[in-house]
Amino acid sequence: MGILEVKDLKLTFNGKPILNRLNIDFWEGHIHAVVGPNGAGKSTLAATIMGLGGYRDFEGDILFQGESIRDLKIDDRARKGITLAWQEPARFEGLPIRDFIGSAAQDKSADYLKMTLAEVGLEPDEYFDRALDKTLSGGERKKIELASILVMKPKIAILDEPDSGIDIESIQRIFDAVRMLKDGGTTVILITHSLAVLNEAEHAFLICHGRVVDKGSVEKIRQYFEDKCIPCDHKNIPIQQIGGQA
Amino acid sequence: MKSQTDIAAELYKRTDVDPHNLKDPDVAHLIINENKVLGMHAVPGLNVTVKELEDGVDIKFSLDDDVKVKKPVHLCFGMYPEKGVQRIIMDVAIGKNAQIALMAHCVFPFAVDVQHIMDAKIKIGDGARYSYFERHVHSPKGGVKVYPKAIVEVGRKAHFKTEFELIKGRVGLIDIGYETICEAYSVVDMTARVSGRADDVIKIRETCNLKGEYARGVLTSKIAVRDNARAEVYNKMTADAAFARGHVDCKEIVQDNGVATAVPIVEVHHPKAHITHEAAIGSVDSKQLETLMSRGLSEDDAVELIINGLLS
Repeated sequence: MGILEVKDLKLTFNGKPILNRLNIDFWEGHIHAVVGPNGAGKSTLAATIMGLGGYRDFEGDILFQGESIRDLKIDDRARKGITLAWQEPARFEGLPIRDFIGSAAQDKSADYLKMTLAEVGLEPDEYFDRALDKTLSGGERKKIELASILVMKPKIAILDEPDSGIDIESIQRIFDAVRMLKDGGTTVILITHSLAVLNEAEHAFLICHGRVVDKGSVEKIRQYFEDKCIPCDHKNIPIQQIGGQA
Repeated sequence: MKSQTDIAAELYKRTDVDPHNLKDPDVAHLIINENKVLGMHAVPGLNVTVKELEDGVDIKFSLDDDVKVKKPVHLCFGMYPEKGVQRIIMDVAIGKNAQIALMAHCVFPFAVDVQHIMDAKIKIGDGARYSYFERHVHSPKGGVKVYPKAIVEVGRKAHFKTEFELIKGRVGLIDIGYETICEAYSVVDMTARVSGRADDVIKIRETCNLKGEYARGVLTSKIAVRDNARAEVYNKMTADAAFARGHVDCKEIVQDNGVATAVPIVEVHHPKAHITHEAAIGSVDSKQLETLMSRGLSEDDAVELIINGLLS
């Protein structure tokens, strides 16, 4: 039994199934990757596991440590140990980075929070008191969001496109942080269509049209990238023709 | 019965000012409770006289030409009792090329029915710099009515910066009315940050007239209204001369049954002048909220953090 089990999950928008009887088991303490083309339902899966607004009306169930979380609010899920890093992190006008990171941390000491900023490649003296606003690039906000997840020490961290907006030199920092999460006992779920991110995982799921179409070793799923296609019935058929989102 | 010294200490306890600073001979200060002067100290070039009135004080405050006061001057206007009226009449004259920063705390810790009325006339000489930060600390009961009014003349190449903050305690009623007249090459930057709850009422009417060429001005309001609080912001910027530049910015967060109105008014009377405005009113951004909740904050704590950030 996995730490997180997605069971027969169906979620529909405007009559179209985005997640279509999807089943996944995430094993505890592993780094998983969920890969698939645009519109496959990867980010929808992440939002549904976290319980975001608009993603709560679904069929099936999501079990965390064997118990359903479908009726729990976002903060209740977070307090159980589930968290999410957005593909495009939010901006907060006027909110100091120290307060944003500190809000997630049990250890709120300045030394610890600064050390964590350094771990994701941000100079603490430059960023600690700065506002988490539009003066920061998307990449900087990604790193800050990752720092907030590191200090939270969650049981499950879902990272949606963790390399998006990150410069090449910083990507290794992000991967280091992913390994730190794993070393601390966190189950990591990487939502990605990047080969570099997939390579950081230990196990992968390939989804298409809201279903898992393949799973297994990273080597096996890597074929998807090499073939630029997916091993399902929809191969070479434009996605709109089979009722999906582009 | 508390001594005046004890009252001064009690008032200071509620500010973020270290009272030991007041022993620094380079820090000018003025401490008023009701209509009584509890403490006063000036520095060379700064002239302060205070006349006690029946319901307040009449303050003449001037800074000689070319004097640059190194450390911020501290003003504390307190109303220690639960009820009463405090009228502050201020006549401020800042000499040419002088420079001063004032930090004012208005503290009404036990107010049940208190009125705080300020009528100020501020004249900033050519080339001078005057900055005024005013923080209010109110009781949680909402029994305060605050009427700060000022007419500010900003001389040629002078700078006027003011920040008004009312975040701690209940607002009660606040009715701000500031009018500034800006000569050529002057700079005005006015910010108000107010957080209302329960049945608080917030009214802000600020006017900035960019009269001289190359005058620049920014009017910024950041407001949060929760419960049944109401806010009305009418900020007006006019430009009369070439190359005058101005911006009016209002952000209001509305929660619960709060109501917010923002009316930015811009008037341009010269084809080479330029003024912009921006107003945003709405609930807390759902992505911000969900981000914080996904870190384990309750919805209320997340809203509080977001609003505190906006108002910071």
